[in-house]
Amino acid sequence: MRNVRLPRRRFLALGAASLGGMLLSGCDRLSEAPDFQEFLASAEWLTYRVQRLLGGRHALAREFTASDLSPVFKVNGTRMPEGEEYAALREGNFADWRLRVDGLVAKPLEFSLADLRNLPQRIQITRHDCVEGWSAIGKWQGVPLAIVLARAALLPAARFVVFHCADVYEQTLDGTGQYYESIDLIDAFHPQTILAHSLNDVPLTIGHGAPLRLRVERQLGYKHAKYVMRIELTDRLDRFGRGKGGFWEDRGYEWYAGI
Amino acid sequence: MGDENRKQAMSEIRAADSSRPLPRARRLLVDRHTRVTRLTHWINLLCVAVLLMSGLQIFNAHPALYWGQSGADADRPAFEIGADDSGDGPPAGFTRIGSSIFTTTGILGVSRDASGEAVQRGVPRWITLPSWRDLALGRRWHFFFAWLFVANLLVYFAAGLASGHFWRDLLPSRRQLRPRFILRDIIDHLRLKFPRGEAARHYNPLQKLTYLGVVFVLLPLMIVTGLAMSPGMDAILPWLVDLFGGRQSARTIHFIAASLITLFVFVHVAMVLLAGPVNELRAMITGRFAIFVEDDHA
Repeated sequence: MRNVRLPRRRFLALGAASLGGMLLSGCDRLSEAPDFQEFLASAEWLTYRVQRLLGGRHALAREFTASDLSPVFKVNGTRMPEGEEYAALREGNFADWRLRVDGLVAKPLEFSLADLRNLPQRIQITRHDCVEGWSAIGKWQGVPLAIVLARAALLPAARFVVFHCADVYEQTLDGTGQYYESIDLIDAFHPQTILAHSLNDVPLTIGHGAPLRLRVERQLGYKHAKYVMRIELTDRLDRFGRGKGGFWEDRGYEWYAGI
Repeated sequence: MGDENRKQAMSEIRAADSSRPLPRARRLLVDRHTRVTRLTHWINLLCVAVLLMSGLQIFNAHPALYWGQSGADADRPAFEIGADDSGDGPPAGFTRIGSSIFTTTGILGVSRDASGEAVQRGVPRWITLPSWRDLALGRRWHFFFAWLFVANLLVYFAAGLASGHFWRDLLPSRRQLRPRFILRDIIDHLRLKFPRGEAARHYNPLQKLTYLGVVFVLLPLMIVTGLAMSPGMDAILPWLVDLFGGRQSARTIHFIAASLITLFVFVHVAMVLLAGPVNELRAMITGRFAIFVEDDHA
């Protein structure tokens, strides 16, 4: 009996080990196949639909109190945008900086930092969740995006809001390394979606996206575009970057980053 | 006792031994697992394997765990995998649990990449999906299979409730829950003594409690702690994240529950191998499990 069982056991172990190895290399090969990546990405649509269905438009992200603030709010992504244009703006303390709002709007507009500060403000203490896994709590102040969009008056064809940023996150020949982001109109008109100019009661530092960054509190950190220079209303996202709606989206990350 | 007497006694014993009729054990194939149980078992295995490996890929993006709402570089993690490259030599991998630090070079903190070079990395490439560093793709795998995992578990729960499988086969009887009974079962397990004959028709109490713990505690806990990490879900169900004491706590519990599931898988596979892999695997594939019952009419 023993003589029969031992080789059988060894055979099973060997079989399991080689099957495991085959599965691992098979998974890597699958991971490389664009069709399979598309297949896996189909789950994003389901997540988006279900979260929108459950939460509707209005569910608010948790707001915290001053005692919850992170001692240090981690700086991530670009720390210092390159280029002379940004350097000049920075040296002038962003007095010459203008936020342009255009695209599918009835009234293209420009706002200075002072203009934005003079609009109705929202202050919110929220948790910032990075796609990497860490979280930090900070106090943001800014103007609700809804107010800016209302002034520019959206055309009926507008479906997405695109944020063009000053930072080039990756050097590319075709210019697709420029940071940009986009959100749908549900998030754009959400009360907690603000164009923030201050973090923890002081104007944004360069590392946190001076002079203006987006806060879109129900999504992960990479959606919160820093160094916003221009807001463009559009009906489609395939005209921008590599067509997926954002710098990280063009590199495989979810456009809907609510998870 | 004289030498002569002892020899005689021994031969008498031998004679008695060989003359005792062998118990006539009849091999009986019984229906062990329903079709739904078998199907959902294997789909679950696929999902758990993909989720564990893609989860470790995601974990590698920030291999530190915290308690509370927030936690990042400036905060003190409860658990951390890192690399120390302050020395002259190659970087050393370390794992820190609370205030205890372990050197884990080669596996955690520092391990070899595809070209064989030692690089700084949370967990090694052979347990992540994909094997190379790719958070985006790891997340794609993770969330696709998370949906499949949830759907599969719902099918299993619905079928188990409808058929009475949970009450009939998984809920321990009052007798099985007696401390003496459980203690004996623990000792039997430690001695690798498995139930035979009629007793093998049913799960033993440790088995029942383990399956209940995995199916009704650990697997659902993975789902709810996973959801509690989603900023979108936190807006929809704020109490979900409070339940775990914050998003970073939920992430830590997600990791602990995943570790317990991994532990279960190892013990489960070991038990299958020890209890008779062919019989156990056949039962989970065809549904038929062989037991050996003594034939009363022999």
